[in-house]
Amino acid sequence: MSLRDLLPAAGAFRYNFAFMDEGAKREVRRALLKAVAIPGHQVPFASPELPIARGWGTGGLQVTMSLIGPDDVLKIIDQGCDGSVNAVNLRKLLVATTGVRTTFDSRESTLLQSRHRLPEIPMTEGQIAVLQVPLPEPLRLVEPSEVETRRMHAEGDYARMWVSLYEDVVQNGAISLAAGYPCRVNGSYIMSPSPLPRWDLPMLNQASHLTLLGAGREKRVYAVPPHTSVRPLEFDDLPFEVESFAGLSCARCGSTGTFLDEIYDERTGKPSRVCSDSGFCDLVQAGVVPAKGAPHD
Amino acid sequence: MTDSSVTERSVVLSARNIGKRYGLGCDACEEETGPDRGTNVCPRCGSIIALRGVSFDLREAEILGIVGESGSGKSTLVQCIYFDVEATSGELRLRDHDPNDDVLRLARNRKRRIRASLMGMVYQNPLRGLRVDITSGANVAEKLLEAEVFHFARIRARAGELLAKTEIPASYIDALPRTLSGGMQQRIQIAKALANNPPLVLLDEVTSGLDVSVQARVLDLIRELQHELAISLIVVSHDMGVIRLLADRTMVLKNGCVVEQGLTDQILEDPQHAYTQLLVHSTL
Repeated sequence: MSLRDLLPAAGAFRYNFAFMDEGAKREVRRALLKAVAIPGHQVPFASPELPIARGWGTGGLQVTMSLIGPDDVLKIIDQGCDGSVNAVNLRKLLVATTGVRTTFDSRESTLLQSRHRLPEIPMTEGQIAVLQVPLPEPLRLVEPSEVETRRMHAEGDYARMWVSLYEDVVQNGAISLAAGYPCRVNGSYIMSPSPLPRWDLPMLNQASHLTLLGAGREKRVYAVPPHTSVRPLEFDDLPFEVESFAGLSCARCGSTGTFLDEIYDERTGKPSRVCSDSGFCDLVQAGVVPAKGAPHD
Repeated sequence: MTDSSVTERSVVLSARNIGKRYGLGCDACEEETGPDRGTNVCPRCGSIIALRGVSFDLREAEILGIVGESGSGKSTLVQCIYFDVEATSGELRLRDHDPNDDVLRLARNRKRRIRASLMGMVYQNPLRGLRVDITSGANVAEKLLEAEVFHFARIRARAGELLAKTEIPASYIDALPRTLSGGMQQRIQIAKALANNPPLVLLDEVTSGLDVSVQARVLDLIRELQHELAISLIVVSHDMGVIRLLADRTMVLKNGCVVEQGLTDQILEDPQHAYTQLLVHSTL
């Protein structure tokens, strides 16, 4: 018998459903179960090889692939947009290997994979948000050693994280972190909420949906279960604030209460603002949902 | 402060049979090490008996001096108390913590909280007690943040107040310690140790790395602050001058064991143990 006899006949070869083999999926799901059981705690996992490079959303993709079933409705966004290159390519890969239905309407999706944003319409019970995470360790800013950061988490030794915020306020008059703002989950672990802008953090607190965060290059998953507190670190006298878009509105849908991107017109060079969440903006323009007014209050 | 009222004050810290062994240990360790044998390395198993059976009480606003040669266990003792080093045996109780708890046996996160709010430490080398890549103010702030004080304006004000108290110019609050002199670094360390008004501060050879004129100023500062704040101090030094100047009571360590203890004046004027006599006479 030769090796050739053991291989499937030409043309008969197919990828497994959602690309990853079932054993690898199960390994990711085991790590996810632990992550959900210990909110905000980073759980190591194997981070199997995928046909895209690590650091390009593999963590999110591995989580999505290990969870997705034939009945799921999938939405994939990158920086809030369904149409950016990363989102399109990940969507193509998942559709080619699963054949599931996709959508741009976040309300329809059962599984929503994202880089950098949560949808403007709060997600509901039963929905799962999967976030792609470049740097899962919030303490990496202050401590280069992994052994040391794990000890710090275990002992709740977060004074140095706070010191970095103190220094930030001394130097800049306010906490200047824009994305990956450290949050305390369930009153215990400090978590880096992927590169979500501050804007989205109030939506993670006591959310109805499950949030799973995957870092493929760093081989870590962590989670925020539904109805769990997610509190951005703040000083008693310097409350946490989201980005301000006061006086600005979306040039396409007119919303004043959404996270806005600045776009420059190619010909005139003039800046304009549009909703970062393109799916939401489309729904407003189609008259399906009303424009969003003043933010989080 | 050597008046009789010391004995009527409450016991802030009570240590019983503190021991620290590096190595597996064997039946012979006890027998073959200690001041009588002149070694703390067990000849049979090679374990190092850094401390053995150290017991003492420290009362409110009392200054306890600990002297001994290099390797006698002085630093190991304060490091055991500050939880930097895990003691192998013994018990430690603190007045300001639940008296039922032997704090040496608590989980590390609880030890951390006790250390943050009830103790301060000043190391011989300021680079050990400070972070050189963050500002002086942030170094003091770290101790406050460890004790969960999260009010920025209050942290800032307290840091300024402590730096003023330790004679650091106000403009240095946002300076990096590595740009400051050794004496100033040492004073920042003292400011940090005092941040939460701890009842107990440990000083490990605080003046050993400083030149003589700076030594005198740092010692004066320690004496003034101790008097003003009524804190209990444990002062570790190999310098009998420092002990004479600061300590109410002194404990002499050799090869990990207490060979003599008593009022500082008594020990300096009338040392009983041969080793103490050697120590006193070699420095006078």
